[in-house]
Amino acid sequence: MRPVAEIASTHKSKQVEAFKQYTALLKKEFLLETRQQHTLYGVMLYIASTVFVIYLTIDAPDADTWNSLFWITQLFICINAVAKSFLQEARGRMLYYYSITSPSIFILSKLSYNLVLMMAMHLVNFLLYCAFMGNLTASFWQFLAIGMLGSMGLGLVFTMLAAIASKAMQQASLMAILGFPLIIPQLLLLVRLSKTAFAEVFRDGVPLQLVLLLVSLDIMIVFLAVILYPFLWKD
Amino acid sequence: MYARWKGRLPSNALQFILAMQFTWWKITSIVLLAYAIIGGILLPVPELTQLGETIRNLYYHVCMWFAMMILFTISIAQSIKYLRTGAIEHDIKAVSYAGVGTYLGLLGYATGAIWASFTWADPNNPAFASFGSIMREPKLIGAAIALLIYGAYFILRSSITDMDQRARVSAVYNIFAYAMLFPSIWIIPRLLPSLHPGQEGNPALNFNDIDARMRMVFYPAVMGWTLMGVWMATIKIRYKILLEKKWFTNEK
Repeated sequence: MRPVAEIASTHKSKQVEAFKQYTALLKKEFLLETRQQHTLYGVMLYIASTVFVIYLTIDAPDADTWNSLFWITQLFICINAVAKSFLQEARGRMLYYYSITSPSIFILSKLSYNLVLMMAMHLVNFLLYCAFMGNLTASFWQFLAIGMLGSMGLGLVFTMLAAIASKAMQQASLMAILGFPLIIPQLLLLVRLSKTAFAEVFRDGVPLQLVLLLVSLDIMIVFLAVILYPFLWKD
Repeated sequence: MYARWKGRLPSNALQFILAMQFTWWKITSIVLLAYAIIGGILLPVPELTQLGETIRNLYYHVCMWFAMMILFTISIAQSIKYLRTGAIEHDIKAVSYAGVGTYLGLLGYATGAIWASFTWADPNNPAFASFGSIMREPKLIGAAIALLIYGAYFILRSSITDMDQRARVSAVYNIFAYAMLFPSIWIIPRLLPSLHPGQEGNPALNFNDIDARMRMVFYPAVMGWTLMGVWMATIKIRYKILLEKKWFTNEK
């Protein structure tokens, strides 16, 4: 019989070990981003050219059009930005991860990285929208905050879908097919919620309710990813 | 060729029926569906001017989508079983139930379109022009999401060549998509206005939505269509397992 304190200490060291692995993997993602800058600039150029095309095809959108166009753009950016997170992992490198870490830590690091990435992309997209089509929001900061929340959700869902699609052929187009039906409720919630930033009057407590729904959906996705990813991980 | 089979094949309809593998639930399905069709057309229904006799479509339209959801639930249960055991048989079951569920979903759309053209479509507008406004119905969106998900499920399956990997990846997507589908069915009706009956709570599960006389046919009809769906799926499963065996033994 081992003393309880010893068991507790090994348990604790396991958690510390897992956390170390997680931070190392996360650090690797950011490091890769600074080393392979072409992917990041590629996504930014994608945003810029998309917004430019929209700007040229529509003269002066009203607030509703602005809002829905913004979210559609954000959705397509998400597919492009998140797709690379699994597509860039070569088979050999996955084998290496397999030997050094566990699937749940791996997927958690991917999820958190894409979350941060999508928040940054949202900022770029929003600033470009304001620059080209004018800032139609009544409250800049409110829309920015709602957008951050929404982009987190988009990033989480599409990370899991990228993991699924990376096992199949025609990955990029497959991601859109797999993801669009799943993202509809979140997108509807977001378009509805961001109307508060356009000074639309809501009943008391409704915006808070929408925020809570979005947050709980995000939590559910993280749980599902941690439960399901181990099955994708095995090759 | 025919001569070789002649002795073994049933020669007339009666023999054919006797040769089928009848179990209690298949007989129940036939009895219930016969009741749902005959009773559904003949038994009294509440008289509502805006619905008229089309109210009888409830026995077919609502039941189709009800059965669809039950079959999708069986499919996801099989996917979970597959991930737990790794037996390819569960994967075959999951895809077969999803296939029959999709078929029932399309039938639900067809019966729903008949109903909507009578009740919702603008008489001054051609049917095609009303489509855009009808499709915005939360329940239709929910059903459309379910069908799109399973469409994507079949595309995903066909794009993976390795059998075990296909089974595993599609099982993961099946579970993930199903878990996302339920919040959306719950959320969307609360975001959008609707003309569809059963606005409060979940459609068709509320006792007070349906007249007592109609319940007498409605619940047997749901059971009948579901059992019919399961029956179709079991035939598909048997066929697919035979195909697998044939490929496995390299038989020509």
